[in-house]
Amino acid sequence: MSTDRLTPPSHILRHAALLITGALILIPFVWMVSLSIKPPGEIFRASFSFWPEQFYGIENYTKALTEAPLPQYMLNGIFVCTMIVVLQIVVCAPAAYALAKLDFPGRNLLFGMVLIALILPHEVLSLPLFILGYQIGILNTYAALIFPYIVSPFGIFLLRQFFKTVPDDVIHAARLDGLSELGIVWKIMVPMALPAIIAFGIFSVVGHWNSLFWPLIAVRDQGLMPPPLGIMAFKNEEAGNDYGPLMAASTLVVAPLIIAFLSAQRWFVEGLTGGAVK
Amino acid sequence: MSTASFTGPDPAGSSTNTAETRKALRNHRFAETLAAWSLAGPALVLLVILFFLPVFAVFGIALTDWQFGASTLSFVGFGNFKEVFSDEGFRASLTNTLLYVAIVVPGTIVLGLVIALLIESGKSLRAFYRAIHFLPFMATLTAMAIAWEALLHPTLGLVNQTLAAVGLPTANWLRDENTVLPVLAVIGVWQNLGYAMVLFLAGLKSIPQDLYDAADIDGADLWLDRLRTVTLPMLGPVTMFVFIVVALRAFETFDTVQVLTRGGPGHASEMLLYTLYRESFEYLRTGYGASVAVVFLFIVVALTLIQARVMDKRVHYQ
Repeated sequence: MSTDRLTPPSHILRHAALLITGALILIPFVWMVSLSIKPPGEIFRASFSFWPEQFYGIENYTKALTEAPLPQYMLNGIFVCTMIVVLQIVVCAPAAYALAKLDFPGRNLLFGMVLIALILPHEVLSLPLFILGYQIGILNTYAALIFPYIVSPFGIFLLRQFFKTVPDDVIHAARLDGLSELGIVWKIMVPMALPAIIAFGIFSVVGHWNSLFWPLIAVRDQGLMPPPLGIMAFKNEEAGNDYGPLMAASTLVVAPLIIAFLSAQRWFVEGLTGGAVK
Repeated sequence: MSTASFTGPDPAGSSTNTAETRKALRNHRFAETLAAWSLAGPALVLLVILFFLPVFAVFGIALTDWQFGASTLSFVGFGNFKEVFSDEGFRASLTNTLLYVAIVVPGTIVLGLVIALLIESGKSLRAFYRAIHFLPFMATLTAMAIAWEALLHPTLGLVNQTLAAVGLPTANWLRDENTVLPVLAVIGVWQNLGYAMVLFLAGLKSIPQDLYDAADIDGADLWLDRLRTVTLPMLGPVTMFVFIVVALRAFETFDTVQVLTRGGPGHASEMLLYTLYRESFEYLRTGYGASVAVVFLFIVVALTLIQARVMDKRVHYQ
């Protein structure tokens, strides 16, 4: 929009203002990292300095990695997020293709159901889903963390929008080449909608890596906990007093997504604001 | 938009309208329907099991006095709802949530808008500033809540140290019933303002340059004039959208309450989702928990329907 019409002093003001708000935004991150490399003595002396007099990072991070099963939490998180996103795409892509490109009785009804499911906040469903998990005996397993999410109304909605933009001729040509409908989904539609798939994948992984509510309900075993639940358990065990290792653990939980975000900013912004922007 | 009709590029064909072609057409239709339902079938079944049956179940359970694990239950009609609304804890929870939303939504919108305007007003370092301000939105809130707790620690925290250093009064932020909710709201604004900023940036990009040129001709030379006559009015629809989306996110706040306060001190920071969680899964008052869920659902659905109407308006604008 606005072409560069600001005068030089206002340029300086712009940078000053944004650097100040940016610095304020970053304080929790900076403080977290700072405490994670300080020895207990320095934490309790409460100084303003970011860098410790005595570097204690190795001790704190070792403690975080060994006293809490943090590597286990991270593996759990990676496994659960991967399973969820793969299952979501496997279930949603064919349905999205049917809704976008096939004409069949009941299509509007099905799309209406997707839209209604899109509105429902997942927390409202947690009680019946908990009972369902209990009935089929999968509470406190990986399956309990995964099953509520294997169909994503948002995934169907987003992919349908994208699939609609694929020209019909491409599909006709594929049929003439003898591809089955399912073949068309996986060999034609999904590769052509790769940007949407990536955006949806980021949306899904970020959401489930960060989520605390359902894991808190679904699993009790430390060995099954995803990172947010694990770090909460670690905090409660340590009674919140051993700040160094706790902050080291927090840093390690936050780090993977931050690094991924900084290296693929555009994709993340696209994925997380998703349908909202367009 | 046409669908890629299953019958191929030449559905009715140029052939004569014989019974045979009609029959062939019907077979094709049947095949297309069959293909569509087998593709959408798994998603349909899962939608029913994981979304629709649970919603009906929540309404059903809310009408009973069932406690999870109990073998008997009886129908109590709207008894749970009466109990919910006369319960001091729940009323506090509802009031707190509304108050929290009333702080987080305007705070997020104003800061998000100001930062977006600042970023758009120049060309340099745009991506850098956008990244910094967006960071909290995707950082794991559970972990960041722990970092906030350290910042707000009554004796060791940076916040109180800073206040003490400049001679201002300090507080035990998370244990004082007067400060706990505003502090949680500050964390809420901190987390969401990057999201609002990104939506506003998209809105700013879509304002046509013509409008600025026209404003120029009309004598709107100052940045502030253009802001008042063009930018802000054109951002109206986006702002309404941000309002609803942020309100929804604020209503769904859970992590910070669970990690930092557990609703305390007293009921001072209890919020709807935390009440829902505690009643359903800690106290196992299943019927009661379900009716809290129903109340929560009504709020969220109402907001979403407003959003749908707003989105309609937005289309008319363009």
